[in-house]
Amino acid sequence: MSKIKGLVCKECKKTYPAEAVHVCEFCFGPLEVAYNYDQIHTKISKEKILNGPLSLWRYEDLLPIESTPTVGLHTGFTPMVHAKNLGPKLGLDYLYIKNDSVNPPTLSFKDRVVAVALTRAKELGFDTVACASTGNLANSVSANAAEANFKCFVFIPSDLESGKILGNLVYNPRVVAVEGNYDDVNRLCSEIAGEYPWAFVNINLRPYYSEGSKTLAYETAEALNWRAPDHVVVPIASGSLLTKIYKGFHEFERLGLISDLTTQIHGAQALGCSPVATAFKKKSDFIQPVKPDTIAKSLAIGNPADGFYAIKIAQETDGIIESVTDEEIIGGIKLLAENEGIFTETAGGVTVAVLKKLATQGVLKKGASVVAYITGNGLKTQEAIAPAVGAPSLIQPNLASFQQTLKKERQ
Amino acid sequence: MIKVRIPTPLRRLTGGQGEVDLEGESIAALINTLELQFPGMKERLCDEKGAVRRFVNIYVNEEDIRFHQGLETPLTEGDEVSIIPAIAGG
Repeated sequence: MSKIKGLVCKECKKTYPAEAVHVCEFCFGPLEVAYNYDQIHTKISKEKILNGPLSLWRYEDLLPIESTPTVGLHTGFTPMVHAKNLGPKLGLDYLYIKNDSVNPPTLSFKDRVVAVALTRAKELGFDTVACASTGNLANSVSANAAEANFKCFVFIPSDLESGKILGNLVYNPRVVAVEGNYDDVNRLCSEIAGEYPWAFVNINLRPYYSEGSKTLAYETAEALNWRAPDHVVVPIASGSLLTKIYKGFHEFERLGLISDLTTQIHGAQALGCSPVATAFKKKSDFIQPVKPDTIAKSLAIGNPADGFYAIKIAQETDGIIESVTDEEIIGGIKLLAENEGIFTETAGGVTVAVLKKLATQGVLKKGASVVAYITGNGLKTQEAIAPAVGAPSLIQPNLASFQQTLKKERQ
Repeated sequence: MIKVRIPTPLRRLTGGQGEVDLEGESIAALINTLELQFPGMKERLCDEKGAVRRFVNIYVNEEDIRFHQGLETPLTEGDEVSIIPAIAGG
């Protein structure tokens, strides 16, 4: 018996075989993987996980693949950093940074979802993989497809940061830059996915792909000695990551690996693209799409697929969904870099800025354990931060010149 | 005529056609015409109150109708309409 029972519609509960489909034919609701948890329960244990590979595949029993992992064998198991400088600055004793800015191979949390999606794509017999991306996903699909010998198409908005465009091209996939925003790219890819027999990781493989994000919750609980934290702060683009972190903690509880789960799940958006935060504040479950205008391009989804579910989870766990300005985002990037030596991209700036806001508001208390998810690397979005970091001191190659500069700086 | 692109989950109702040409002065009218030609279509696109379902996105010439006038968005000769499942991406 396989651990995968099949796919099930999250809305009407209609079931489907575990193939490359993502939408219920009847109500258009999202399809999710249904597992045989009883079978998983007999296999999984803390000891087995502790003896597993130092990658996200140590949680293979809870990931939707049927054979053995073939892609992303070094992905995940990223550092969980006790923020001993930033924590006290925000009045928090137990602040942790889950640092996916160094996740291999392409330095974002997207390597997790792609490891699962491409392993599944192989199992389902695809020879071509594709994605609609705000940048990080395209980088990850390009790199992993190269290593796993897939043909590869990535679709991105044409105005992406140069680091993210180059970070595709170097792996030599077919890079298609669409004149429009991410929502245009996503709409177009949904139509392309209907016409070509490709594995679009975040469209027809979305039920498998999205499960990879659960490993961020598993790693968090394991690093905290088999406990879930009191609070997590998660960036929201489509909302998928937030829903899967929630799911990951709940699966661990269900399987007896953690107990007393009371984690409050907070969401972070950029003010220039905050359809989920806006609906949350209005206590509405209708999400009015927006036209994004923010430096946080990796979160710039104006029409978020899982926004509805992200709001429900925040409400259910007593969490808050907040938004921050571009200025606060830059402040967040610098705050993390200057205090913890971690250079994150704009999405991480959003998370840190919302973390700061929630600490200031008193939502996060001194003795509470708090985990902030840093999902991407700052070297990919240098344009956003360049004007705010100053310039080197230019000197002549002699001691006098150096001493003069030092004097000037001390004044 | 309005060109309407049909998503995979609804092609069973159109006999496999991915594109159909129809008349309609607004999105609401177009959905009624779709229902006449392909019975069962309206129930799949709209809820019991007649609103577009949460997980269905409709676009006129690549623009989401929620940026226009929703179901009352007017259509003119040559417009292209896409019906797309909302769950994708991210």
